[in-house]
Amino acid sequence: MNAPTHASTAFEHSPPHEPVAGESLLEVRDLKKHFPVVEGVVFQRAVGQVKAVDGVSFSIRKGETLGLVGESGCGKTTTGRCVLQLERPTSGEIVFDGVNLEELPDQELIAWRRKIQVIFQDPYSSLNPRMKIGTMLDEPMRIHGIESNPSRRRRRIAELLEICGLPEKFADRYPHEMSGGQRQRVGIARALSLNPEFIVCDEAVSALDVSIQAQVINLLEDLRHEFDLTYLFIAHDLSVVHHLCNRVAVMYLGKIVELADSKELFGNPMHPYTKALLSAVPIPDPVVEAKRAHQTLKGEVPSPMNPPPGCVFHPRCQLAVEGCSRSEPELRELRPGHWVACTQVS
Amino acid sequence: MSKLLEVQDLHTRFHTTEGVVRAVDGISYDVSEGETVAIVGESGCGKSVGAMSILRLIPKPPGEIVEGSRILFAGEDLLSMDDDRIRHIRGGQISMVFQEPMTSLNPVLTIGLQLTETMMLHLGLDQAAADRRAIELLEMVGIGEAERRLRQYPHHFSGGMRQRVMIALALSCRPRLIIADEPTTALDVTIQAQILELMRTLTHQMGVALIIITHNLGVVARYAERVIVMYAGKIVETGTAEQIYHRPRHPYTIGLLKSVPRMDMARGKRLQPIEGQPPDLTRLGEGCPYRPRCAWAEDRCERSTPALENVGEGQIAACFNHRALADKESLAV
Repeated sequence: MNAPTHASTAFEHSPPHEPVAGESLLEVRDLKKHFPVVEGVVFQRAVGQVKAVDGVSFSIRKGETLGLVGESGCGKTTTGRCVLQLERPTSGEIVFDGVNLEELPDQELIAWRRKIQVIFQDPYSSLNPRMKIGTMLDEPMRIHGIESNPSRRRRRIAELLEICGLPEKFADRYPHEMSGGQRQRVGIARALSLNPEFIVCDEAVSALDVSIQAQVINLLEDLRHEFDLTYLFIAHDLSVVHHLCNRVAVMYLGKIVELADSKELFGNPMHPYTKALLSAVPIPDPVVEAKRAHQTLKGEVPSPMNPPPGCVFHPRCQLAVEGCSRSEPELRELRPGHWVACTQVS
Repeated sequence: MSKLLEVQDLHTRFHTTEGVVRAVDGISYDVSEGETVAIVGESGCGKSVGAMSILRLIPKPPGEIVEGSRILFAGEDLLSMDDDRIRHIRGGQISMVFQEPMTSLNPVLTIGLQLTETMMLHLGLDQAAADRRAIELLEMVGIGEAERRLRQYPHHFSGGMRQRVMIALALSCRPRLIIADEPTTALDVTIQAQILELMRTLTHQMGVALIIITHNLGVVARYAERVIVMYAGKIVETGTAEQIYHRPRHPYTIGLLKSVPRMDMARGKRLQPIEGQPPDLTRLGEGCPYRPRCAWAEDRCERSTPALENVGEGQIAACFNHRALADKESLAV
């Protein structure tokens, strides 16, 4: 079976232009999400809490792609789920297009959910195995009242599939009849079906093979231009983030430790964690690799149930001084647009 | 360096309801003593099945290593030896590190027991000697408080720590070859760097040969001396890391290299993905398996399958057009 070539037809597109500084579409202010840790089977009691997200603030301008990176358990996915209102934050504000979503009652929230969509990592578990692709795309449009006429909805489904590089006949197929890359395209079509303004991509290309991953990355880029989308791109693969994102926030143990323009962050990382993270990513070129200085980070990420006092990174940090274990560093703007939470760099 | 492992015309098939899957379709390669070789390719290209075939870990049925395949390890054919002998080699002279550190350790046995059992079996150590060596091994792979840790169960260890235990286990019987199947794919990038660094240091120190199976082209560039690229059950190109990355001669290798985003390149350049999808391995017909996705495909690619040819300085590629590709400087990334 020959695969969709939508990505290649758009090959002549200009390179992704950087969006102009403008109003922010999404603002996250001091977001906290703490999960209780319970013990006991019958009589459950809270024995502690996991501070999955602990005071995260950022904003995303219209048309921009913000990358959220970090290792397992750093809180990047929870942040995304809070933005999607799949989790209600413990505290903090999520302001979308000027409206604070946290203050909205559930009923009114529905209208906003349409505008904020998601593409999940695993194309195997995020599609209902018993639903035909067509039904899967039809349902959200019906529920949100996008189009009441069934035949026009059908036409729209065909159009969505085509946009995502899938033949129209796929509407009658089930997920198991498709490859991973095709399923991810269905996931993207589903997100687009409601004409969203904002899409949270949670590890959207991580499960795909290299050659298929590149196809989907190009598709995401094309869609951003075509439909004026804004992305929150959550990923652990820094090479992909570097390629796709205008700005990048690095998270560690529930906090943002560094935030900057993509070029600046990758060219001039300042936080010791970011430096170690970038150094750990191997570059696919043996000559470049042989010349690179590799800095291996010692130890492992501490438990978010019991994070270290002061700067959460200090037990693994090469620059750590005594004060680091006492007070928590604030994010400071050390260069225009480059924010770093470390007292030891300037 | 002398040849430690020689894989000769290995065919591994699976008999399924959909038909016969030719997972590994006639591959041949060597690994020398102490050498690090990477086998790269995408899902389903046969890289893991090929490696499992070395230790005869292919479940039969549905799997089958086809008659005529030969795998020589230090001169001995692994495929024709009896079960006792292969058990002796498995875990002894050849050991494996799997992708899933969560599932490849036994959850109901302590780490200590899993380490000492193997050594008592393969090295004939008594309990006290095995215990001493187990502590040494854990310290060697960077696990502190080894004595206490030996009494713990796998669930007490994080993913990175379990993979360290797996490496200790793999090294415990002084193997001559370690096969690591996606050893760091399930791990975070900083932990990945720790583990690969550790494997590199220890294999070099002990002169152990290493086969790393991975889909990560960055990992290959950083750690491998020689690279084998597989596609649809076949080897399409082999060379030193530098040859493969800087003068690839097979369109698939070129396609892979152009598909990966690179952190050290300027942003804003569009990726050039390989169009289409890998073929269905039950329906491979005549001709080059990469032909439907290949930008350089010609009529002859449909009629016959290109054989692996020497393309210079030990580099080997299976493409009719390798000369034309060599002339196009721009192809090099």
